[in-house]
Amino acid sequence: MNINDILSVENLTMRFGGIVAVNDLSFTAERGKITALIGPNGAGKTTVFNCITGFYKPTSGTIKLRHSDGEWRLERLNDFRISKIARVARTFQNIRLFPGMTALENLMVAQHNTLMRASGFTFLGLFGVPSYRAAEKAAIDLARYWLDQIGLLERADDAAGNLPYGDQRRLEIARAMCTEPALLCLDEPAAGLNARESAALNELLLKIRAEHGTSILLIEHDMSVVMEISDHINVLDYGVKIADGTPRQIRDNPKVIAAYLGADEEEAIAVMEGET
Amino acid sequence: MAANASQAKTARGPDAAFILKKAVISALVALVLFSLMIGIRTEAGSDGQLTWWTRFGDLAAMVAVVFGGSIAMELLRRWWGPVDTVRVVPPSAQKVFSFAGRALVPALLIFTFLVPVIFYDERYILDLGILVLTYVMLGWGLNVVVGLAGLLDLGYVAFYAVGAYSYALLATNFGLSFWICLPLAGILAAFFGVLLGFPVLRLRGDYLAIVTLAFGEIIRLVIINWQTLTGGPNGISGIPRPTMFGIPLTPGDDGLATLLRIEFSPTHRIVFLFYLILALALLTNWVTIRLRRLPIGRAWEALREDEVACRALGINTTTTKLTAFATGAMFGGFAGAFFATRQGFISPESFTFHESALVLAIVVLGGMGSQLGVALAALAMIGGFELFRGLEQFRMLVFGGAMVLLMIWRPRGLIGHRAPTVFLERNTAISSDLVKEGHG
Repeated sequence: MNINDILSVENLTMRFGGIVAVNDLSFTAERGKITALIGPNGAGKTTVFNCITGFYKPTSGTIKLRHSDGEWRLERLNDFRISKIARVARTFQNIRLFPGMTALENLMVAQHNTLMRASGFTFLGLFGVPSYRAAEKAAIDLARYWLDQIGLLERADDAAGNLPYGDQRRLEIARAMCTEPALLCLDEPAAGLNARESAALNELLLKIRAEHGTSILLIEHDMSVVMEISDHINVLDYGVKIADGTPRQIRDNPKVIAAYLGADEEEAIAVMEGET
Repeated sequence: MAANASQAKTARGPDAAFILKKAVISALVALVLFSLMIGIRTEAGSDGQLTWWTRFGDLAAMVAVVFGGSIAMELLRRWWGPVDTVRVVPPSAQKVFSFAGRALVPALLIFTFLVPVIFYDERYILDLGILVLTYVMLGWGLNVVVGLAGLLDLGYVAFYAVGAYSYALLATNFGLSFWICLPLAGILAAFFGVLLGFPVLRLRGDYLAIVTLAFGEIIRLVIINWQTLTGGPNGISGIPRPTMFGIPLTPGDDGLATLLRIEFSPTHRIVFLFYLILALALLTNWVTIRLRRLPIGRAWEALREDEVACRALGINTTTTKLTAFATGAMFGGFAGAFFATRQGFISPESFTFHESALVLAIVVLGGMGSQLGVALAALAMIGGFELFRGLEQFRMLVFGGAMVLLMIWRPRGLIGHRAPTVFLERNTAISSDLVKEGHG
């Protein structure tokens, strides 16, 4: 594991019965950078995410995470501890907000562990001690800051389920950021967004990286997002890494194009040469 | 507006066919069901042989009633409309409604406080009031588990029983006073809540409901069969009455009446019990309202909305579920201890599945998660049931009909919307369409 890496996935394999979803995958994500994980549908990207965030226990392999708080082997931690202790936050491919709670409440739930400690595990909070009230105010201020960042301050008191699709996507990112993560894992954040909304998303992600120093791991199909903001790209196909490099290197890699077009390598090269 | 009206008119055509089709299906179901139940009458003859005759007239009448009733019901449903549809209400009327809505809680509270004063001489109403308040408290307790955390619990009566037996056994065997036993009963019930919680952590929805149902039955069967401890089906009698912080409510020399130099009346005890259960219920309410605004309460509601997202946010769903079970069970235990001291006698018969179903019905009818809704539902279910006493054996029928109508009119309970726990600018209620019921 390189000193600059926050995440290092080594020889990760995930089997479901006879199906090998991820096969001997290794990659790293650099601290303070945006790393993308791309590949055609069914390539195993979301499985990798679920292994990193503890929703699946990998069949074999190691997932190491290291930042200022310490070093962890994520495959050994429970799903909620990965977020609580190792500070890895995630969003979901199909948005998983709390639809019956307001946007503000969604961001308050994300600060559960901080507030839980401040409320003396409920007992002090029940009697409204001043230290808890101060902590709650700080939590509201943090939620207000993120609502402002995603341009939803006006709709703070509306039910999350009532927000338009694009807003829900951004709210889920804000909710993940409210857990103050060291690594933010985004599962197709631009899915279903129009061109204007994807551009705004790019800005938001670049801002998160620049102002908060949060490392980002990204799964995305929208190439306008991936190519513009990623520092490093890993390409998966059938659970195997077929390429990695900078956006420019990936754009010109015939293997990647072949995987995306579903053609073999020679054909892809022919297509590329025909274009230029 | 005009476009809406014309749309409604064009929709009327296929509607008639739909209503008719529905009525015919209902009538067919009724025909099949009642053909044997009503159509054929059997009786044992004089020599014990079976005699039977047909009653096709009654059967036809019944089917016709179902047919007509189905049409009437559909029409009523259309007329009332589902919950949260925008209806044309003049602004002045809306103002009156919103004022009435805000005034309802304080008015109810003041009235409840005054009940023993107004109805001092009417023992029946005081007893009914105590009964209603007991169920309000049980409803509020179960509301934490079902309404907030979204965990369907069909065995809530188990905790009620644990509380009642804790107090009865501690008081009769060790002579502990009510005020020492009350917290102990709560703690014991909470312990049993955690005990139930552990095996059901991985279960959801229907499966959770079955296991909690079984848990309620296990507790009852243990009570029946552990004769040396619980007295089995004979129950426990001679449970001490509560004292007013050490002053007994008896005609004796050290009694409250003698101390205050007033004439002794058995009503004093009833009034005291009334205020006792009122205080306990209000404590439950206060704690629940406070908990909702604390991180644990928000985590409960988040758990109801989406458990996977909770785990992704670093919330320990295991302890969150267990605390919900324990908190709900604790209030059930308090109510149980109160029940034991009021009755002076408890037996397993008081803790059947029927009680669990009744309390769950109160929570669902009230609108899951709504404190006011649960209180109103308890009043309607327990008080309303008493109201129909004059109808004798038709009481259940009328009551069941009223329930069906109410659920058609308000499918998400009396108070279906959810109030946010924290807000920046506007404190607007969230429509019940968005709020999840929880999957277990």
